[in-house]
Amino acid sequence: MGENQIISVSDLTKKFGSFTAVDKISFDVRPGEIFGFLGANGAGKTTAMRMLCGLSLPTSGKATVAGFDVYRQTESIKKNIGYMSQKFSLYEDLTVKENIDFYGGVYGLSRERRKEKTEFLIDLLKIEEARNKLIKSLPLGWKQKLAFSIAIIHEPKIVFLDEPTGGVDPITRRQFWDMIYEAADRNVTVFVTTHYMDEAEYCSRVSMMVDGRIAALDKPEKLKEQFGVGTMHEVFVKLARPAA
Amino acid sequence: MKRFANFVWKELLHILRDYRTLLILFGMPVAQVLLFGFAITNEIRDAKIAILDFAKDNTTREISNKILSSGYFMLYENLQSPNDIEPAFRKGKIKEVIIFEPGFGANLERFGKANVQLVADASDPNFANMVIGYTTSIIADYQSELSKGKTLPASINPEIKMLYNPNLKSVFMFVPGLMSVILLLVSAMMTSISITKEKELGTMEVLLVSPLNPFQIIVGKVIPYLLLSLVNTATVLVMSKFVFRVPIVGSLPLLIAESTLFLITALSLGILISTISNNQQTAMMISLGALMLPTIILSGYIFPVENMPLILQWISNIIPARWYIRIVKGIMLKGVSFNYIWMETLILFGMTVFFIAVSIKKFKIRLE
Amino acid sequence: MNYAVTVNNISKSFGKTKAVESVSFNVEKGELFGFIGPDGAGKTTLFRMLTTLLLPESGEAVVDGFDIVKDFKKIRGSVGYMPGRFSLYQDLSVEENLKFFARVFGTTIEANYELIKDIYIFLEPFRKRRAGKLSGGMKQKLALCCALIHKPGVLFLDEPTTGVDPVSRNEFWEMLGKLKEGGITILVSTPYMDEASKCDRIALMQKGKILDIGFLNDIISKYEKPVYALRSGDMHKLILDLRAAENTDSVYSFGDYLHYTDSRGEAVEEDMKKILISKGHTDIVFKQINPGIEDCFMSLMNK
Repeated sequence: MGENQIISVSDLTKKFGSFTAVDKISFDVRPGEIFGFLGANGAGKTTAMRMLCGLSLPTSGKATVAGFDVYRQTESIKKNIGYMSQKFSLYEDLTVKENIDFYGGVYGLSRERRKEKTEFLIDLLKIEEARNKLIKSLPLGWKQKLAFSIAIIHEPKIVFLDEPTGGVDPITRRQFWDMIYEAADRNVTVFVTTHYMDEAEYCSRVSMMVDGRIAALDKPEKLKEQFGVGTMHEVFVKLARPAA
Repeated sequence: MKRFANFVWKELLHILRDYRTLLILFGMPVAQVLLFGFAITNEIRDAKIAILDFAKDNTTREISNKILSSGYFMLYENLQSPNDIEPAFRKGKIKEVIIFEPGFGANLERFGKANVQLVADASDPNFANMVIGYTTSIIADYQSELSKGKTLPASINPEIKMLYNPNLKSVFMFVPGLMSVILLLVSAMMTSISITKEKELGTMEVLLVSPLNPFQIIVGKVIPYLLLSLVNTATVLVMSKFVFRVPIVGSLPLLIAESTLFLITALSLGILISTISNNQQTAMMISLGALMLPTIILSGYIFPVENMPLILQWISNIIPARWYIRIVKGIMLKGVSFNYIWMETLILFGMTVFFIAVSIKKFKIRLE
Repeated sequence: MNYAVTVNNISKSFGKTKAVESVSFNVEKGELFGFIGPDGAGKTTLFRMLTTLLLPESGEAVVDGFDIVKDFKKIRGSVGYMPGRFSLYQDLSVEENLKFFARVFGTTIEANYELIKDIYIFLEPFRKRRAGKLSGGMKQKLALCCALIHKPGVLFLDEPTTGVDPVSRNEFWEMLGKLKEGGITILVSTPYMDEASKCDRIALMQKGKILDIGFLNDIISKYEKPVYALRSGDMHKLILDLRAAENTDSVYSFGDYLHYTDSRGEAVEEDMKKILISKGHTDIVFKQINPGIEDCFMSLMNK
C-alpha cells in the first residue's frame, strides 16, 4: 500500500450472503491519474465503486480513499470526492442555476463562491440561455457536461464517474473527455468506468474486473502488447468471460 | 447549518413544482375540514318518523304536534295498525315509530299516567339513541308543562324498544360499512395500482403490441381481484357472524349476489382510476383521497347522512358505497327481500355500467 | 410489395419538440437494418410509431403489408417488439415469461423452438430463476427470446445493447446474424457507432432527422476529405497543437490515435510532419486511413 497514493486498495472483498461480488481486489491509483475501471455487467465494478465512495461497507480487506479509511471515515471520503453517474446526476425539475447552487451548498461552498462558480460554469459550458431552464429540457450532452462540472465544483482530489457518456453523441463524448483531461491537468484524479472501449485508450491505466477479481491492470499500450492485439476492445473480449 | 438549510430549500422547490402534489397538499385538508365539519353533527334534523296513534285524542295530537314542530322530526306517515310497523321500518325511510296506547288522554286525565312506546331502528345505534333521546326529552317537557299547577304530577312513561339491534351493538352498524370499505380497498385501489404498475414498468407497451386487445388485458387483470374480494367478503361475513354475533336475518344468497355487484362496481372504479393515472403513486392517491375518504364520510358508514347539510346529502347519492350499505343493512339486520332493495340495486348497476363505459372510452390503446 | 417496411415522410412532435422530422426509408425483407444515433435522435419515437404505439402527425408507413394507422391491430398481432427497458415480468421466472408471451401470441415454446434455440442455450441453466435476478446480459437474451417466440415477420429491437458490456454486445449481434438467416426482417436501434458494421444497411439519425442512409461502404465513400490518423509521444499536447493550427479542418480523439482532416484537401503529410516536429513532438505517426462510421457521423452532424 503506497502512502501517497490517492486510492489504496488491499484484498478488498464484498460478500452478499454466500455470493462474493468483489473478491480480494488490490490496486493503487496515483494522484492526477485517469484510471479506467472496466468490466462486464455483473463483474463487480459497481459494488467496488460503492465501497470506494463510502456508500457501502466492505466485508473484509483494506482501502483508503484520499487518505481516509473506507470503514471508519466514510463521511470524510464523501466530503472529499466528486461523483457522477449516468443514471443520476442532476435534479430534472430544478433549473441549471438551482442545481449548481444546491450542489455547491451541499459541498460546503460559501454563497459568494457559489455565485462565482455559477457564473464560471455557465460561461465555460456556454449555456447562458439555459440558466433558468429546467434540467429536463436540456439535451443529454449538456446535462452530462454540467453534471461533471458540478461533481468537481468543490475541487475534490478525486472524482468517480460511472458510465458518464452513455448514449451521448460522438462529438459531445469527446468534449466530455476534454473536460476530464483538463481536470486531470489540475491534478484531480479521475476514476471512470465506461463501455466505450475507445475511451479506455484515453486512460493512464486501465483495470479489468472479471467475476469479482481484477484480471488485468496496466497502461493501455502494455495491455495490448500483453494480449497481442491492436485495440482495447480486443483486450476486453479476450479477458471477459460471459457472466451470468 | 447552512448546508442543511440549502437542502431544505431544494426540497421545497421540488414540492412547489409538482402541481399534482400541491393540489393534494393544500386541497385535501380544506376538503377534509369541510367534509368532517359538516358531516359530523350530533344533532338531528327532520328525522323521518311514523306515528301509530290508538287514542287519537287531543292530548296525543298535542304531543305529536310538539314533536313534529320541534324541527328535529318530520312525519313520514301515519300508521293504522301494529302490522304496519315492520314494513314501515323495512322500507328504510323511518327511524322511529311512536305508539300511543288506546285512551291515552283519558288515562292521563283519570289516572295521572299514560304509556307511549318508542320503537327505534337501531341498525345505526348512535342515531337511534339520539332520536330516542330527543323524543323522550320533548315528551318530558310536555309532561312538566302539563304538571304545572296540578297537585298530582302527570306521568308519561315512554317504553323504549330498539329494533334490529336490541343491545345497540355498534358492530352491527360497522360490519356493513366495513365490508364496503374493504371491498373498495382491495378491488378499486389494488386494481388501479396493478394496471398503472404495468404502465410504469414498461411491460404495458409489450402487451399492447400483441394480439391481446385492451379489453382482454383489463378483464384479465381484474378477475384475480374479483376472486380475492369474494374470499374477503366471505371472511368478513364469517367473522361478523361467529365472532361478533351479528345476525344475517335475510337471505344469504341475495347478500352474496349484491356483494358481487358492488365488487364489480368497485373494480370498474379501479379501472377508471387507472385510465387517468400514469403511475402507481397517482393511482393510490386518487384511490385514497377521491374514493376512500368520501366513502367513509359520506356513505353513511359512520356518520348518518340524514344529518348532513343538503348538499352533502346530494353528493352522498353518487357514492356507490352508500347504496351498498343500505342493501347490506337491509338484508343482514332487517331481513328484507329483494322487493325492498330493487331501487338501490338498480342504481348500483347503473353506476357500474357508467364507469365501465367511461373506462372503455378513456383507455389508451396508444402511448400518448 | 417486396419491402418489409416502407416509411414515407413520417413526423412526430411533442409540444414544440420535433422528435421525428420527415423520415422516409424502405427495409427489404430479411434485412438487418440499423438505426444509429445518440439519445434524443428520435429512434425510440420512430419505433413506437412503426409498432403502432404512437400515431404519426403526418406521413404514412406500412409494416409487413399493413398500414400503421388503419391496420394497427394486425401489426400488433404479428410483429415482435423489444422496447428499451427489457420489459419482462421481473417476478416471473425465465420459463414463465417465455410461456406467457408464447401463449399471448397463440403459440407454444415448442412450436418455434428452433428459432430461439441458440439463444436459449445461455438461459437454460437459469430457467427457473426470476427474471428480476438475472444479469443485464441475460435479461437482454430473455427479452429477445420473448420477442421472437411467435416467429414474427418483422422484429423491432429498440436499443437492445445499451448499457451492456462489449462482450455481451458482440454475442447479441451474432445471435441477430443467425436470426437473419431464418428470414426475419430485423430493425435495430443503437447509440454505438461501431455496431453499424454489423448491419446490412444503416440510417444515421440525429435530432429527429436521418443524416444519411444506405450501405456502410456507400456512406463512407461519400466522405469527401482524406482522413489522417496521427500519434505522437504526447497525445494531449498533440491535440491542443492541432486545434490551434491554422489549417485544421477537424481533429478528434479516436482511442490511441487522433483523426485529422485538413482544410487544404491535398497531400499534407510532409507539411504536417514538419510542423509537428517543430512543436517538439517525437515518435510521430501520420498516415492516411479510410474514414470510419464515426468520422462520417460527426462530419454529418456538423453540416
